[in-house]
Amino acid sequence: MEHIPAPAIDFISLAPALILSVFGMLVLLMDLFAGKNKNLLVFASLVGLVLAGVSAFAPKALPVVSFGGSYVVDHLSVFFTLIFVFSSALTILLSIEYNPRNGIRAGEYYALILFCTVGMILLASATDLIMIFLGIEVVSICLYVLAGIKRGDVKSNEAALKYFLLGAFATGFLVYGMTLLYGATGTTKLAGIAEVIHSGQTNSDTLLLLGTVLLIIGFGFKVASVPFHMWAPDVYEGAPSPVTAFMAVGPKAAALVAFYRVFATAIPEIGTTWDTLLMVVAVATMVIGNFGAIVQTNIKRLLAYSSISHVGYLLIAIIARNSLGGSAIAYYMMAYAFMIFGTFGIVILLGEKNSENLEIKNYAGLGVKQPAIALCMTVFMLSLGGMPPFAGFIAKFYIFGAAIKEGYVVLVVIAVLNSVVSLYYYLKIVVLMYMKDSERELELSMGPITLAVVAIAVFGTIEMGLFPDPILQLTQ
Amino acid sequence: MDGFVPLNHYLLLSATLFVIGVLGVLLRRNVIVVFMSIEIMLNAVNISLIAFDHYLNNSDGQVFSFMVMCVAAAEVSVGLAIIISMFRNKPTVNLDEFNILKW
Amino acid sequence: MELLIFYPLAGFCVLMGLGVIISSSPINSALSLIAMMMGLAGVFVLQQAHFLAILQIIVYAGAIMVLFMFVIMLLNLKSAEEDTWSIRPQNTYVSVLTGFLALGALYKIACVISQAKLDSPAAVPDDFGTVVRVGTTLFTDFVLPFEVASILLLAAMVGAVVLAKNKID
Repeated sequence: MEHIPAPAIDFISLAPALILSVFGMLVLLMDLFAGKNKNLLVFASLVGLVLAGVSAFAPKALPVVSFGGSYVVDHLSVFFTLIFVFSSALTILLSIEYNPRNGIRAGEYYALILFCTVGMILLASATDLIMIFLGIEVVSICLYVLAGIKRGDVKSNEAALKYFLLGAFATGFLVYGMTLLYGATGTTKLAGIAEVIHSGQTNSDTLLLLGTVLLIIGFGFKVASVPFHMWAPDVYEGAPSPVTAFMAVGPKAAALVAFYRVFATAIPEIGTTWDTLLMVVAVATMVIGNFGAIVQTNIKRLLAYSSISHVGYLLIAIIARNSLGGSAIAYYMMAYAFMIFGTFGIVILLGEKNSENLEIKNYAGLGVKQPAIALCMTVFMLSLGGMPPFAGFIAKFYIFGAAIKEGYVVLVVIAVLNSVVSLYYYLKIVVLMYMKDSERELELSMGPITLAVVAIAVFGTIEMGLFPDPILQLTQ
Repeated sequence: MDGFVPLNHYLLLSATLFVIGVLGVLLRRNVIVVFMSIEIMLNAVNISLIAFDHYLNNSDGQVFSFMVMCVAAAEVSVGLAIIISMFRNKPTVNLDEFNILKW
Repeated sequence: MELLIFYPLAGFCVLMGLGVIISSSPINSALSLIAMMMGLAGVFVLQQAHFLAILQIIVYAGAIMVLFMFVIMLLNLKSAEEDTWSIRPQNTYVSVLTGFLALGALYKIACVISQAKLDSPAAVPDDFGTVVRVGTTLFTDFVLPFEVASILLLAAMVGAVVLAKNKID
């Protein structure tokens, strides 16, 4: 009986994911003894996230390739690990006051956020189709549960069900696409696929193309690009607000980085065949996202459409498929994290005791009654709309720069025009806050921790807008 | 090489089942049946994976389809839990009745 | 020999697959699905993927389908009168359109696949598809996905309990 050789396991590369898995299990165990008070769980989760963030810097001399080329730690993945850790920490902070108020009592909530973060970290480093598939599934399954964790609320149930059905449907397409890619090239490693395509030894080019199209469909569902965006507004509206903010940043960033890795490292050589398709998708995503947002009356639905349009901008970076594109996505997602968590912090702050108070018209008069909050909201809205001097402007600037370098001028012009359209609905909220009188008194629930999150987000949005260089250097 | 089924026919079987699964998801309105259709899609993928493996004399595809099964099991458990938790608030499995949020 | 078994088996699988999406009672759908999965296990055996064939029966036809049946029984779905095909006249148009689209897609895929130069499978060695060979690959090249799968299953388990449990705390 011959023995299987023991595989080499690179614990240092895996450190952030390992630490978070351990803390996730710890949180599960602690939940048994914690009783009704969840503060201990929150504390443990935050400690785990901080440790994971610190350990992301452990590998010396990037990039480190391990597990036979299926896992890589490079600047991109380290930076994305930071985004994920940061966004999960903010989600947990936002949940501290939101959850008891809205009847979310399960302590498993925190463990699921940690497991989801593990999935995202693995996804950012995965360079093997099987790893990418599993990473996406870990993230998705945690999110299905988190979307439905408000168990008494029919809206939350419905959001979970819709997300689940469409997510599982998309998984089918994604895995079929990966299968055809494997069949055409005979390997699941992204580098191997690129090599086979480069040497022209594919088993069948037609299968390769079919696989690429299916992958665009599958990833399109996961990042909510048109025409596979239908689930996003419903799910964003029905899910608990901190989870919505989480979904809009972390998992989307993770899916995008996997999208980028597959399309920019594995199949860039057949780029001419897929970039037209992806360009159509990107333009449609921007246009439908922005025009869909204009007619919304619910703030969470508006943010859902706005996040769809942001995916459109981000797809441009994938189409550019140069290293500039990768770091532009990273920078954009970091800036987007600040803006979205700030906005959702305010949405949660404006929630009342009995209702979440999500109608945009209720924001009228906020400029007089809560000038500080209105000012913060204005900063976020202007930044989301891409106005200087905020982070959103610089982020868009880098993406467009990456695309122009590759000569996609028309695409950039369309994106800039869309950006202008988007200002309409962002400014509508600002105008409403300052120019209109409120119809009724709001009983706001001002939680100090949520306020702190908003403050962090404002600081980040302005800081990244004024001094982009230090963070940009981290991404390269 | 007579006596062997060409790889194409396995792929065709896989594609046919995949399309049947897609049709089931798009046309049926019973959540449980929609869910079963998704399982058909995943099964169809497994046929392709194993057929490619057989053709390439490799084991990666079988590991992949092993993982697909694992994911299917996880998805089923979560999905059925979601259906049960929803059934508690709203006793129906007809997708058309889930309309608080605009589809 | 392979020819003689493959085509009837493939036909059987397709029929059972159609049975899942056509039959009006969820129980019938589930039974058809089990039959289809058994048929697919046969197809896997034809490809000498014995390990996967066994897993197909144990995991899919065994565990997953039992769970399905269990939930159908739990929710007490009888021959669900309200959600068969005929009840949705408002959607007939959409259904027919999707049906044609799907058939078109299938035709297109069939063309693509038959263009692919992949006629005859290479002869495979004896150990293809055995537990030893698949296991060796799993625990050497793919040890990381294997470990990630454990996180996946843990998360799914916790999630399912959180959602389906009768009362929290």
